[in-house]
Amino acid sequence: MKQNKILLEHGSGGKISNSMISKMIIPIFDNSILAKLNDGAELNIKGQRLAFSTDSYVADPIFFKGGNIGDLAVNGTINDISMCGAEPLYLSAGLILEEGFLLSDLEKILKTMAKAANKAGVKIVTGDTKVVPRGNADKIFINTSGIGIIPEKVNVSGDNAKVGDKIIISGTIADHGITIISSRKGLEFDSDIKTDSASLNKMVKDMLAISNNVHVLRDPTRGGLGTTLNEIAFQSNVGIRINEEFLPINKQVLGICELLGFDPIYIANEGKLLAFVSCDDADKILKVIRQNEFGKHAAIIGEVVCDNPGKVFLNTTIGGTRIIDMMIGEQVPRIC
Amino acid sequence: MYEQHITKQYRNKDISQKLINKIKNISTKKISLMEVCGTHTMSIFRHGIRSVLPENITLLSGPGCPVCVTSQKDIDIFIKLSTLKNVIITTFGDLIKVLGSSSSLEKEKAKGKDIRIVYSVFDALEIAENNKHKQVVFCSVGFETTTPTIACCILMAQKRKISNFSIHSSNKITPPALLALMKIKKINVNGFILPGHVSVITGANAFKPVFEKYNISCVIAGFEPVDILESILMLVQQNELKTPLFKNAYKRVVDFNGNLKAKKIMNQVFERTHANWRGLGVIHKSGMNLKKEFNEFNALTRFQISVLEKKEPKQCICGEILMGLKTPKDCILYKKKCTPFDPVGPCMVSTEGACAAFYKYNN
Ligand code: SF4
Repeated sequence: MKQNKILLEHGSGGKISNSMISKMIIPIFDNSILAKLNDGAELNIKGQRLAFSTDSYVADPIFFKGGNIGDLAVNGTINDISMCGAEPLYLSAGLILEEGFLLSDLEKILKTMAKAANKAGVKIVTGDTKVVPRGNADKIFINTSGIGIIPEKVNVSGDNAKVGDKIIISGTIADHGITIISSRKGLEFDSDIKTDSASLNKMVKDMLAISNNVHVLRDPTRGGLGTTLNEIAFQSNVGIRINEEFLPINKQVLGICELLGFDPIYIANEGKLLAFVSCDDADKILKVIRQNEFGKHAAIIGEVVCDNPGKVFLNTTIGGTRIIDMMIGEQVPRIC
Repeated sequence: MYEQHITKQYRNKDISQKLINKIKNISTKKISLMEVCGTHTMSIFRHGIRSVLPENITLLSGPGCPVCVTSQKDIDIFIKLSTLKNVIITTFGDLIKVLGSSSSLEKEKAKGKDIRIVYSVFDALEIAENNKHKQVVFCSVGFETTTPTIACCILMAQKRKISNFSIHSSNKITPPALLALMKIKKINVNGFILPGHVSVITGANAFKPVFEKYNISCVIAGFEPVDILESILMLVQQNELKTPLFKNAYKRVVDFNGNLKAKKIMNQVFERTHANWRGLGVIHKSGMNLKKEFNEFNALTRFQISVLEKKEPKQCICGEILMGLKTPKDCILYKKKCTPFDPVGPCMVSTEGACAAFYKYNN
């Protein structure tokens, strides 16, 4: 029985979303810039390299511990641009509002957006607002787009991972996804976990300032670390090996994952980056990341290998090995 | 500096390594061990436990995933209920993808039926309270771990006089399935890794008849890698010495009598009935039906619907996989026509199912 309708899973960021992108969207829009499949598009306009990116944000709930849909939308696009190695400069913001949405909530969200943009040193310079009848949207949807300048010499791209590269994650994984899940109806956990939503442009700038050997940058958002690693393994046609024992993860986050039967490797992050860097520069880059306020828990978690190109393997803590595939569908709490 | 989970005793590398070495040192016989809990299945794959065991030890996933053992007829009933006017269907996430004879809840949802995923049966009850003009039906699946909560919810609905809430129960109990499994002649299982969570409720005693009747090694196991390795070691030892035993290796949470309160509530609301297990067929007194006095909460009685039993998809060998006779790789549809995106059988749907776990961790 073949699928002829959009299912929720098409938006999960996992394998099924990827197949829709590669089988439908890329062939229809058909151009080489899009086909690169990076977080943002790299443009060359009269000799100036620019990064351009867009993202739409829906969140349930829209307010959660440590943030709301507003800073998510600002930080998310800033990060997408940063992951091209660019310095983000300007953002647009498009709002789709449901009739009946509280003005006070809107104001709160807009103020958070302004604060996040200010902190990152980025300006929101254009925007649009639409209102739809009650029931035609869920409270508020936000789209942000942004542009930034790619400095000379920077060559960061998902297809640029090289055998021998070390893989760095800038902090604990799964914080954002677990914050959202644990604030959903029916699963309210009492915990101190909060979203990791943050702009990483300054971190990236510092990294690129001390090394010309940053090969890949990615923020593992939807689909989590596991999905992003698979995308890079595929794009660069290399094998990846990750060591579970080096994966930074907050104890409470892990506890909730265990309780629900979730694999933290597939849970979303909103303020973390993955960097593939040359072995020689790995330690100094790690040091710079750790100096950043959002990179205190950064760690080298694995490396790029020549065997099994396109695949990601995990050395488990007990000394076993398993494959990490892309996320297959949203994770659901276990029944058993 | 930051917290890592590896310090946890039950994931400790050294302890694990010691257990693995011990298993390797003593194991000479070719044996098959079966786990019968979806959480064990996931944990075994996630920690790469198969990859550290010697080749002569095979791990099989038995009928331990509640979604996988739900019969096609029950799925058809859930789907039929979703097509009734003014009905909101509430269900656990995994279930919505399981194919009935001609559709799935997921497909009905995409067609516009009001089907909502809930994390707990109490969410379903709340939806009923907030939608008084509609009927809310909960698709009830699960083993002894889930059933007491559902019983509790029914009692609450009764107390609060909520008249627009009902369930269709496909709930099952585990020990009869293991007894039924052992009756099958072709079965080749040398030991059971028994489900820790279920045993917390039932107590270790509930599984004793399996050992007593069939003289097979049984160990109740926890879910961390060290727990599982320890249990495997015990089962290997018993098999090498030819002295099957019944052991509880999960004493930190399981005792012999279980949770009496949970059992009492479960038995107050549900009664045992024959149940159809996908792949295993009808098993005597292995299902949990609402008792007559709770008929008002029984969706089948409330809506007076019935569905015909239809043949399960021919090429799907879920049943034989659940019995440990075959592995997903023996199925001609595996990874071809049957993938987690377009699952044919239930074992490919549930994340706790053997085919889905194979697909995810073993390709
Ligand atoms: S691969 Fe699919 S069709 Fe084959 S046994 Fe598993 S669930 Fe059934």
